[in-house]
Amino acid sequence: MTHSEAELSPAQPRKSFVRTLELDLRLLGMIGAFAILCIGFDLVTGGRFLTPRNIFNLTIQTVSVAIMATGMVFVIVTRHIDLSVGALLATCSAVMAMTQTEILPNMLGLGLGHPLIPWVTIAFGILVGTLIGAFHGWLVGYLTIPAFIVTLGGLLVWRNVGWYLTSGKTIGPLDPTFMQFGGINGTLGAGWSWIVGLLALAAALYGLWTSRKNKIRHGFSVKPLWAEGVLAALISAAIIGFVAILNAYEVPAARLKRDFEAQGLTLPEGYTEAYGIPISVLLLIFIAAAMTMLARRTRLGRYIFATGGNPDAAELSGINTRLLTVKIFALMGALCAISAVVASARLTNHSNDIGTLDELRVIAAAVIGGTALSGGFGTIYGAILGALIMQSLQSGMAMVGVDAPLQNIVVGAVLVLAVLIDIVYRKRTGVA
Amino acid sequence: MTGTEQSKRGTPLVEMRDICISFGGVHAVDHVSVDLYPGEVVGLLGHNGAGKSTLIKILSGAYRMDSGEIRINGEKAEIHNPRDARRYNIETIYQTLALADNLDASSNLFLGRELVTPFGLVDDDAMEAETRKIMGRLNPNFKKFNEPVSALSGGQRQSVAIARAVYFDARILIMDEPTAALGPHETQMVAELIEQLKAQGIGIFLISHDIHDVMKLCDRASVMKNGQLVGTVDVDKVTDDDLLGMIILGKHPGAQAEA
Ligand SMILES: Nc1ncnc2c1ncn2[C@@H]1O[C@H](COP(=O)(O)OP(=O)(O)O)[C@@H](O)[C@H]1O
Ligand SMILES: [Mg+2]
Repeated sequence: MTHSEAELSPAQPRKSFVRTLELDLRLLGMIGAFAILCIGFDLVTGGRFLTPRNIFNLTIQTVSVAIMATGMVFVIVTRHIDLSVGALLATCSAVMAMTQTEILPNMLGLGLGHPLIPWVTIAFGILVGTLIGAFHGWLVGYLTIPAFIVTLGGLLVWRNVGWYLTSGKTIGPLDPTFMQFGGINGTLGAGWSWIVGLLALAAALYGLWTSRKNKIRHGFSVKPLWAEGVLAALISAAIIGFVAILNAYEVPAARLKRDFEAQGLTLPEGYTEAYGIPISVLLLIFIAAAMTMLARRTRLGRYIFATGGNPDAAELSGINTRLLTVKIFALMGALCAISAVVASARLTNHSNDIGTLDELRVIAAAVIGGTALSGGFGTIYGAILGALIMQSLQSGMAMVGVDAPLQNIVVGAVLVLAVLIDIVYRKRTGVA
Repeated sequence: MTGTEQSKRGTPLVEMRDICISFGGVHAVDHVSVDLYPGEVVGLLGHNGAGKSTLIKILSGAYRMDSGEIRINGEKAEIHNPRDARRYNIETIYQTLALADNLDASSNLFLGRELVTPFGLVDDDAMEAETRKIMGRLNPNFKKFNEPVSALSGGQRQSVAIARAVYFDARILIMDEPTAALGPHETQMVAELIEQLKAQGIGIFLISHDIHDVMKLCDRASVMKNGQLVGTVDVDKVTDDDLLGMIILGKHPGAQAEA
C-alpha cells in the first residue's frame, strides 16, 4: 500500500457495500468463479450438472482431497510442501484394510462384523498416519532436510510400503460400518439432515452474535446492524439451501426395494426416501470447523501463521519452530489417514493405486484456494472451495464429454492461471 | 552519573563477561565484557559489522555464546533461547524489528505470550484492547489495528516493536538501533520514552549509529570494533571526538575518561 492511499483511506466516509459487510474479497471471487463454472456446465449439459444427484456426487467425490487440503494449508503456510499425501493415504488405507479384514477378525479373534472393528481400525490408522507424518516433520524440522526432498522420498516409500504390505492385492469388502464413511453408503436421511443443518445454522448465528457482543464490550467499532442481518441471511440461505438440495436426491426405487427385501419387508406403495447429508461430508464439515478454529483461535494456529510470515521473528518470540514443524506434519499425516478412511470406504475396498496423484490435487486445491507458496497466508475454507472447484471442473468436463487428456490439460492450465490471478490480486491490494 | 558512582551501587543488573562467539572462523564477538546497572542507559557503539547486534543477541537468547558468562543480578544466568531471556525480563527491540508481516499489530505484540480465554483460546479482542491502550501512550496516531503490519509505515512498524518490548514489564531492555526508521518527531518520542523507562529503574542497552543520540541519552558507552571491545567510558567525561576516535581508530581516549 502506498503512503497516499494509507492516509486517504480513513478519510473516506462512505464504504462500499462489500466493505461494510467485511466480506473477504478473495472468498467472493472464488465463489463467483465457482458459480460461473457450475452454471456454465449446467447450460452446456442441458441442466444435467446442477441436479441434486450430481451435486451429491460432487460433494462425496471432493471430501477425501478436501480433508487433506485443510492440512496442506498449514504445511504450505509454513513454507513447506508435502508431496507424500497420496502415498501416505495408500499406506494408511492398506494398514486399515488389513486391520479390519485380517488382523482384528482372525489374528486377534474378534470375528468378522464385531462392532469394535471399525473404530479400532480407524484409531489405529490415524495413529499410523500421525506417526509417519511426525517422522517427516522431524526430518524437516530437526534434521533440516528440505520438505520437498523428505516428502518426495516419502512419496516413493509410502506408495510402495502400501504395496508391499498387501502384496499388491486388492482387499475387500471392508467392514460395513467402516464403509458408511464413504459417501453413498452412509447418509443421514432427510430428518437428521435438517437437524444437523439447523444446529449448524444456530451455531453460525450464535458465533456472529457473540463476536459482535465481544467487540462492543471492548468498545471496538462494529458493522451496522443491517449488515449483520444481511450476513446472517446469506449464511442461513446457504446452509438451508445445501441441506435442501441433498435432501432432494432420493434413493432409487430399485435400491429401496432391495434394502426392504433384505430385511424381509416389502416396499410400501409410494414410499420414498432421501439420501440427505453424507456422513463423509459431515466429517469434512467437522474437520473444516476444527481446523478453522485451530488456525484462528489457538496458539498453535497463531504460531503456524507467524512462522510462515517470518520464521526468524517467530523464533525470536520464543516459538519452538522445529517442534511446530513436527506438529504440522503429524497433523497432515492424521488427516491423510482420515482421508484414507473416506477414500477406501467409498471404493468399498483397498486397492493398490488408491490416492494416486492425490498429492497434486491436494496442493492444487490449497493453492487455488489462495494459500501462498511464499508462506503466511491461507484459509481452510479457501482450500475446501479449491478442492470443490477442481472436482467440479473435472466432473463437468467428463459430463460434457471432453477427452481425458484434454481434461487434465485444462485442470493444469487452471491451476497456473489461478496462481497468476492470485499474484495480481496481491499486488493490487498490497496486503494479504 | 559517573562510573565511580556506578560501581558504588552494588550488583549490576547485567554482567556479560568475556563473551566469545564466532561464525565459521569469523570472531563476531571476541572476549567482550559489558555491564549494566538499574536505571542506567549504556550505549553500544561501533561500525557496521563490529559485533553489536551479535553481542546483544546472545543476551536475548537468539544466539548461544561459545564461551563466557552472563550474570543477572549477580547470579549466573542460563540463557539458551529467547524464552529463557524473557523469563529474566529481558526484552529486545531487534534491528530487523522481528515482526511477522502477515499478522496485525496485536498478534505481533503478544506473539508467544497470547492472552487466552478461560477455554485456552486466543483472545484477539482482549489483545487488541491492550494494544490500543499501549499504542495510545506510545504513538497516539497509530490507527491500523486490524491490518497486517506489512501495511504499516516504517515508523509505525517500529512503534509496534517498541510496544512489544515495553508492554511486558521489562527490567532489562535491549534496543538495537530503535530510531533507524524514524523521523525527527518520532525519534524525540523514543528519547522521551527512554528517559521515562530509565526513571522506572529499567536498565537499557541502546545500540546506535548516532553519536549525538548516545551523548544525549546514555550514561556510559561501550565501543566495539572488529568484534572486540575498545573500551567503556562515562559519556559526560568524553567528547564526540573521543568517541569517534574509539569507533574509527579503536583508540582508547586519554586516562581522564577511563571508566
Ligand atoms: N548468523 C550469522 N552468521 C554468520 N555471520 C554472522 C551472523 N551474525 C553476524 N555475523 C557476522 O558477525 C559480524 C558482526 O555482525 P553484527 O553483530 O550484525 O554487527 P553490528 O550489529 O555491529 O553491525 C559480521 O561480520 C557479521 O557478518
Ligand atoms: Mg547491528
